[in-house]
Amino acid sequence: MAEARDNVLDVETLSIALRQDDATVPIVEDISFSLARGEVLALVGESGSGKSLTALSLMQLLSKELAITKGRILLHAADGGVTDIVGLGANGRAIEAIRGRRMGMIFQEPMSSFSPIHTIGAQIAEVAMIHEKVTREEARRRAAELLAKVGIPDPVRALDRYPQEFSGGMRQRAMIARALICGPGLLIADEPTTALDVTIQSQILDLMRKLKNELGMAILFITHDLGIVAQMADRVAIMYSGRIVESGPVRDIFRRPVHPYTRALLEAVPRLGDIDRHRKIRPIAGSIPNIFDVPQGCRFHPRCPAAQLPRCAEAPPPRYDAGRHHVSCIHGAEELGR
Amino acid sequence: MITFFARRFAYMVITLLLVSVVSFAIVQSAPGDYAEIYAARKANAGAIISQAEIENVRRQLGLDKPWHIQYGRWIGNIVLHNDWGMSWEWKRPVGEVIWERMPLTLAIAFSTLIFMYVVSIPVGIYSAVHRYSIGDHTVSLLGYIGLATPNFLLALVLMYLSQRYFGQSVGGLFSPAYENAPWSWGKFKDLLAHLAVPVIVLGTGGTAFLIRAMRAAVLDELNKMYVLSAKASGLSPLKLLIRYPVRMALNPIAATLGWRLTYVISGAPIVGFVLALPDTGPLFLHSLLNQDMLLAGAMIFIYCALTIIGTLLSDLLLVALDPRIKLE
Repeated sequence: MAEARDNVLDVETLSIALRQDDATVPIVEDISFSLARGEVLALVGESGSGKSLTALSLMQLLSKELAITKGRILLHAADGGVTDIVGLGANGRAIEAIRGRRMGMIFQEPMSSFSPIHTIGAQIAEVAMIHEKVTREEARRRAAELLAKVGIPDPVRALDRYPQEFSGGMRQRAMIARALICGPGLLIADEPTTALDVTIQSQILDLMRKLKNELGMAILFITHDLGIVAQMADRVAIMYSGRIVESGPVRDIFRRPVHPYTRALLEAVPRLGDIDRHRKIRPIAGSIPNIFDVPQGCRFHPRCPAAQLPRCAEAPPPRYDAGRHHVSCIHGAEELGR
Repeated sequence: MITFFARRFAYMVITLLLVSVVSFAIVQSAPGDYAEIYAARKANAGAIISQAEIENVRRQLGLDKPWHIQYGRWIGNIVLHNDWGMSWEWKRPVGEVIWERMPLTLAIAFSTLIFMYVVSIPVGIYSAVHRYSIGDHTVSLLGYIGLATPNFLLALVLMYLSQRYFGQSVGGLFSPAYENAPWSWGKFKDLLAHLAVPVIVLGTGGTAFLIRAMRAAVLDELNKMYVLSAKASGLSPLKLLIRYPVRMALNPIAATLGWRLTYVISGAPIVGFVLALPDTGPLFLHSLLNQDMLLAGAMIFIYCALTIIGTLLSDLLLVALDPRIKLE
């Protein structure tokens, strides 16, 4: 299935663990997904589900106590070359050449993602200077071009301004410019709009969509906001406690969610007209398991309304596929076949 | 910008005036006066001195007047005629006595400052980057020892060591051989060798403190989001470290430059005394012991002025370093 598509990224059975004195605690286990050129994949989950760590691991940016323990992260170049990011290791020229050039990343907090004592222009132009050995003037010209593209007024003057002179939305725009200056094939966006208010949020999402269509990069969009998923993504992968429990095209997942966790997530989203229809928002009972004490079998079974004991508590649930819709749940077969 | 400098300068002048009052008051507040010391000395030498003679000395020196009149005359002469008065003890103008020795004091102070920053900044960075490593722990341990050792003790130990093992004559600026020789490479090296002991003595505590400060500042910055975001843009670790966290960490270090200068200058007299350096340290101490008022007052005033200038410099440096600081 993956071979047929023009993929930018294939993540295969990726596992991340926390290294402690003598033991390793698995945090993300056996995650697989892929991204085609120009595709937006949303990675959705609660805080602590491992979605941000997954994003960081794609560029080998995990902090020292965390490590990739298994799997491959295959980055495809336009000319057909394939690089395994896991094989590059976390340090050295090889991985540095990937960061910012082949993959760009934007973060949740535009407020602190820029150094307050360097100008916006210097921080954006720097990326081009590192990767493409262009002169300072050329890099500045490119930075101004990018700032114009992300909708910052008077881009040439904006180059010499400091981040704190920008609003949150403007800073996130500048952040996007920095991530895209070298034209990466993949943009990783780790909750890029969470810290912004709603109107700015939709402006940023519009901008990202526009840039994606213009530049043709794939976007891995990390979020916990299902509203954003519906607006932005082509496909979605739902993470729970370090595993992907369900994935598929956005339409399939929203219309026919199979996994009880996905269903519960959708139930928990307020919609217009809820009051008239007397629909109540149902929060999911309980909370995400502590990584040091995860349940056996299906990670979700203690909170699952459809759990069948002892089956769900004994072994991890089997995975079922129907076309591009995948789910890991004992109910998968009957539900997908419906 | 110009208004800022003008205002800072005006504040500085006001502060200096206040400082001059305080320094005069401090010198005045000690019990007794120069006349009594003079009498006691004569008496020790076997001379008989009458109360009238003491009063006479007092009147000659103006010590019979109330202190604010004495102060007015003192500061008036300084401001109007750049006349710092006579040192009673040395029987020479105060300015002359001080300026003979000031270059050495300043040389030691600034060498110490340079020593402190040159050592503490890289070591602090190393310590932060390799947090909890053996190197970091070693630096911390040495730092605490450095902080805890009194200067005078360190001075005595170093004097002994350099005398015993390096055959280095301590005290003074030059070995006798170079004392009056023209400037040469050898003389310069000799100067450095002589500066080494006082600089280490004076600088150890401050260096230890600055290493801690630098380590904390860099650690603070290393965990900031912009470091991760710069790393995600492909900067190499060394370039990243120097360009962002270290550059940021220099701000608090620059902000304390003023205090460092104070620390070095106020620490200098004791060290100068222990090491028997011909700098202003022993001069200051003797002037206080002998109630050589004008000399002591001038010294306190100069020490304070250097501190105020140091603070001004560090403020200006901070403005230059940190664009977030607005001048208005």
